[in-house]
Amino acid sequence: MPDDRPVRISVDNVTKVFKVPHERSNSLKQTLLNFRKQGFETFKVLDDVSFKVYQGEFFGILGRNGSGKSTLLKLLAGIYVPSEGSITVNGNLTPFIELGVGFNPELSGRENVFLNGAILGLTTKEIEQKYDEIVEFAELERFMDQKLKNYSSGMLVRLAFSIAIQAHNAVLLVDEVLAVGDERFQNKCLKVFADIKKDPSKTVIFVSHDMGSVQRFCDRAMVVHDGELTYIGDADQAAFEYKKLNFPESVFARNTAQEVPFELRITNAAGRETNLFKFNDKVQIHITWKPDDRIKNAGVALFKDDGQYIFGTNTIIDKKPIKQGESIIYEVTARLGTAHYLVQAALFGQDDNDRIYSVYDGPTFSVAAPAEWQGVTYLDHEWRM
Amino acid sequence: MLKFFTPQNQTLLRQLVITDFKLRYQGSVLGYVWSLLKPLMLFTVLYLVFTYVLPLGKGVPHFAAYLLLGVVMWNFFVEGTTMGMGSIVGRGDLIRKVQISKPAIVIASTLSAAVNFGLSLIIVGIFMFFNHAEVSAMVVFLPLVLLELLALVLALSFFLSALYVRFRDIAQIWEVILQIMFYATPIIYALQYVQPHKNLLVLISLNPIAQIIQDAREMLITTYTLTTHEVLGWVLGVGIPLVFLALLSIFSIWFFKKSSKTFAENL
Repeated sequence: MPDDRPVRISVDNVTKVFKVPHERSNSLKQTLLNFRKQGFETFKVLDDVSFKVYQGEFFGILGRNGSGKSTLLKLLAGIYVPSEGSITVNGNLTPFIELGVGFNPELSGRENVFLNGAILGLTTKEIEQKYDEIVEFAELERFMDQKLKNYSSGMLVRLAFSIAIQAHNAVLLVDEVLAVGDERFQNKCLKVFADIKKDPSKTVIFVSHDMGSVQRFCDRAMVVHDGELTYIGDADQAAFEYKKLNFPESVFARNTAQEVPFELRITNAAGRETNLFKFNDKVQIHITWKPDDRIKNAGVALFKDDGQYIFGTNTIIDKKPIKQGESIIYEVTARLGTAHYLVQAALFGQDDNDRIYSVYDGPTFSVAAPAEWQGVTYLDHEWRM
Repeated sequence: MLKFFTPQNQTLLRQLVITDFKLRYQGSVLGYVWSLLKPLMLFTVLYLVFTYVLPLGKGVPHFAAYLLLGVVMWNFFVEGTTMGMGSIVGRGDLIRKVQISKPAIVIASTLSAAVNFGLSLIIVGIFMFFNHAEVSAMVVFLPLVLLELLALVLALSFFLSALYVRFRDIAQIWEVILQIMFYATPIIYALQYVQPHKNLLVLISLNPIAQIIQDAREMLITTYTLTTHEVLGWVLGVGIPLVFLALLSIFSIWFFKKSSKTFAENL
């Protein structure tokens, strides 16, 4: 895609190889003793990756855990150095990879602002200028002279986020840290990112394993899989490519390219759009369609990321016939294990075989479950002794 | 080198040094006073031992100030290199999480030690006054000698900190080396004691710490001090330490630069 906007980040043929010694020796003594049987295992985490990000873009990087996404992130942030190839960043870059790096619990909030600011590459003058804004955004005016160890975790996150956001650099590197603080502060952060998105001088690189947020924010996105760039381009298409990686081909086998006159959205119980849920959360699937007299029945099916069909039902089975509505909400409790889940939906006539519209590559959501029990789902159970 | 001193890195250096200083004596009753009391107490012990028990300073004028200056300079060398060695590993959390100037971390540790050294020098100054030390005209060159010491500590810190990332037992090895060097350096004894053994005298004089301490003593305390340039002559006495320092610096910076690329992965 030819683009005459200035290039902010240029990644050229970057390969990253990690050398892991067979026997990790941390001491000189061991190294000398093992001198003859020293061997390395090399892991190619990224293989010949090239792409460019232009000024003003909100660029997404999608990849599963272990895909090389985090390594790419650290390379972009300048923490790692590429084994081959080069990365050029034009302009200062603020990493939102981990917030509050270098925070010291023994120092006051004020002192930590200066320390953390310096670590993020601000000068004393810049920090002094932005100090009031930082404190105000964090809503911590009364606490700045207290030691950080007396802060709550919410306060810490707010302070850290405020410093990073005030760095006002040309390039922002955002990891999935947006889920910080309480709901209200989250909304405030989202608003800040929406403002940044509107600012044509800012460039944002957004790294996620959640395609929903990438689709919501990004203009363009790429997919990393097994260390290789498998797709780059339109964010919606990238999300679809990513979905194909997460779910086996068979799930999409019957997919049709037809325009579907209905819409699927996933929200939490409060009605806020999200794709991240915890075990036992309520997942709401909103189905909206254009008026059509033929439609008498709506069905929803859930698939796990290994292609397993988890659960499906429809309004006729559940004896909840559709009235004249054009919008229904299917609420399901996520009594599910940790995984990605895909939603399929279909609208039927009176008969199950009378399928009028179907969406096979519907939205996805992920569930984080506690690790105590095993399996796909949590069944009601009791022990009798 | 000039590229390093950007306003950003200056701020980072200042913040790291300030934080270190604030944290060092936090929670202690006497606070900053400790940074003055510590060398003072150590010196009192040494002075009593080496005046009354083991009089190795016999014949040296103003021995109190003479001894104290040596101890304070040696302490800076020990503290500076030890802190320097641990600096990169100690700041591993930063290096793994953000892009940060790695030389700044090492330089900050040396500067932190230098701040303490500066405070200790105040005590030395007080003793010099009461001890009627004979400050010579050569004192104008004192900044150069102090700079040499700072450069030596910094160069060793660069080398040791990079090595320590890979080999943790360097800490023990360095401790032993420091112990050997302590006795190989005329700190608690006057170099004149070694004068009959010509070879040993030359060997000790070549030790850069010995050269630095003896030069400072000659400038500040008494010209009775036996300096390296007196032992080896001016050309060798000044040339050898300078060439050594230059080579050490070049090697250390090269080694640090080479290693620092993989700090984030290896920490």
